[in-house]
Amino acid sequence: MDIQAWTYLIVGISFALYIGIAFVTRVRSTSGFYVAGHGVPAIFNGMATGADWMSAASFISMAGIISFTGYTGSVYLIGWTGGYVLLALLLAPYLRKFGKYTVPDFVGDRYYSSVARLVAVLCAIFVSFTYVAGQMRGVGVVFSRFLEVDINTGVVIGMVLVFIYATLGGMKGITYTQVAQYVVLIIAYLIPAIAISHVMTGHWIPQIGFGAKMTGVDNAGIYLLEAIDQIHQDLGFPEYTASFVPGHKSMIDMFAVTLALMVGTAGLPHVIIRFYTVKNVHAARWSAFWALLFIGILYTTAPAIATFARVNLIQTLHEKTYEQRPQWFKSWERTGLIAWVDKNGDGKIQYHNGAAFEGKPALQQNEDGSPVLGAFQEPLLTNTVTEGANELYVDRDIMVLANPEIANLPAWVVALVAAGGLAAALSTAAGLLLVISSSMSHDLGKSILNPNMSEKQELMWARCAAGGAVILAGYFGINPPGFVAQVVAFAFGLAASSFFPVIILGIFSKRTTKEGAIAGMLTGLGFTTAYIYYFKFHNPAAGPEGWWFGISPEGIGSLGMVINFVVTLAVTAVTPAPPKEVQDQVENLRYPSV
Amino acid sequence: MNLNNNEQSALQAAKKAYWNANITVVLILMGIWFLFGCVLSIFAVDQLNKIKLGGFPLGFWMAQQGTTIAFIFVIFAYVLIMKKLDVKFLKEAGIKEKDLPPPAEH
Repeated sequence: MDIQAWTYLIVGISFALYIGIAFVTRVRSTSGFYVAGHGVPAIFNGMATGADWMSAASFISMAGIISFTGYTGSVYLIGWTGGYVLLALLLAPYLRKFGKYTVPDFVGDRYYSSVARLVAVLCAIFVSFTYVAGQMRGVGVVFSRFLEVDINTGVVIGMVLVFIYATLGGMKGITYTQVAQYVVLIIAYLIPAIAISHVMTGHWIPQIGFGAKMTGVDNAGIYLLEAIDQIHQDLGFPEYTASFVPGHKSMIDMFAVTLALMVGTAGLPHVIIRFYTVKNVHAARWSAFWALLFIGILYTTAPAIATFARVNLIQTLHEKTYEQRPQWFKSWERTGLIAWVDKNGDGKIQYHNGAAFEGKPALQQNEDGSPVLGAFQEPLLTNTVTEGANELYVDRDIMVLANPEIANLPAWVVALVAAGGLAAALSTAAGLLLVISSSMSHDLGKSILNPNMSEKQELMWARCAAGGAVILAGYFGINPPGFVAQVVAFAFGLAASSFFPVIILGIFSKRTTKEGAIAGMLTGLGFTTAYIYYFKFHNPAAGPEGWWFGISPEGIGSLGMVINFVVTLAVTAVTPAPPKEVQDQVENLRYPSV
Repeated sequence: MNLNNNEQSALQAAKKAYWNANITVVLILMGIWFLFGCVLSIFAVDQLNKIKLGGFPLGFWMAQQGTTIAFIFVIFAYVLIMKKLDVKFLKEAGIKEKDLPPPAEH
């Protein structure tokens, strides 16, 4: 069987499994719909949290980014795992003790104010939408490459699937589907990693393999990381393992971005909401442990894959003739994610630091729509070539997906990776859609607009909101706003500078007032939004020289968080203490059931 | 719950001890979090890179492997320590399992 047949088979089986699970776990109560009836065992919640968290970005993009940035790429590894320590120690147990359904629930009740609740609802919806559009796009990319359907058809198939299991099963359906999706995605991630590690270094464990000596013909007996540093130097790239040298981030920016990612992770509503689904506080703590363990399995494998892929890519392509290019190069060339321009007319691919040409590859077309071919049968591009020696364009998103093909693994492994990428994107999309749906029906509908709503009506609303959110997300997947990639930083910065300080202070300080919280959220948000808007959209030319303290827009959420803390505390100091009931409620969060 | 004065003050003392212990545990574990996440992986990475761990420069290994592993252990330690504190609290506060309200159902 070829790759495509295998992909249809494996993806088909996994989809049937998800729908079957959704049908078995369908729900009839709002508690079931929002928080799976608080009945999910800790270890399953840990797996579901892992799948919920690990999106198309973690599965498809992260190893690719590390592969191209080396040490600097560690910000994602440290930031996205460190956030779980904050969640476990500072948030999850207390929010579970609080025992309602959503993050705006907590903010609204703790700060005795529907204004605070409304601000929280708007943040939750904005953060979740930013994220979900990217997921649907990821689904489209996987479909178009492996099943050779149009990207838009891929998005629609993904939408229908998520629609079925999110509206039918709510949180309960989503949770158990995510457990299955975690299993699919982790197997899909590990099998190629293990196989490649063994081929390149003789070690079966990738985490050990990428620090070991190579076994291949070219660099046998040399440590893999030393080989890659050497190759990078020869080709003019910054050394892979070096830190803070030109081409890598500065120390202060590494720190700011890492902190923003950590705090942002801990403030993301679709992650926090998962800790409401377990039985009690003790189970919430265990869930955080299981979640990070399951996430850690992928996150310690990713940098190994990144290194293997980098060495493989360069060894397979650099100074090789275009005519001998491998099959995977041909397949990805069709998607426009890899391209070659022959600057020196020698018919060989030269790979060096710097862009080969300006922008993303755009094909020259004949009048009948067929591509114009050059002297070596390569499709010609309309892009303006650059002065540099580099002739190769590689989109970093293809590294994980192309890796099994680069390493000559069998067709079923390639198909499995496609199924894993879909599992990662769909599980995250479903978790986000639930946040959007519960924000609409529970926080906005029931708590603010119509408190007399019956449970049946609320459930109806929740299902409609989930359905509406799926359609909107699909629309953004098909017509991605040009800024999707850029607003990811926004989602984290926003979560870091709005939710995190207010939730922490709400738990650890009884004195924090609603005026303080609202002022803090608005200034933190306002500052972060303005900074990102200015340096990303309004005047990108002003950075990096113009950045405050050398902090990039990706890292500015950490400064926004500090501002939020300061403003909240300052305003709290001059406003009257919260009512006694609220203080008692906070007191009650802190102790095991009394 | 109706408590007499003695029970009331025992409960207050137990609460105070529990919360203080909780804060101490969280601060220590956050210290370890900061040490791995920021100091060893970022601030001291150049110094650590001079040490080699097999083929890994140590600072690079910390940033890409070590911190993640350390974080998993931090949460594991937290779960176990808090379980002990919970049990101790319930005992000191004179609360028996059977007196506890059933887990909240919403």
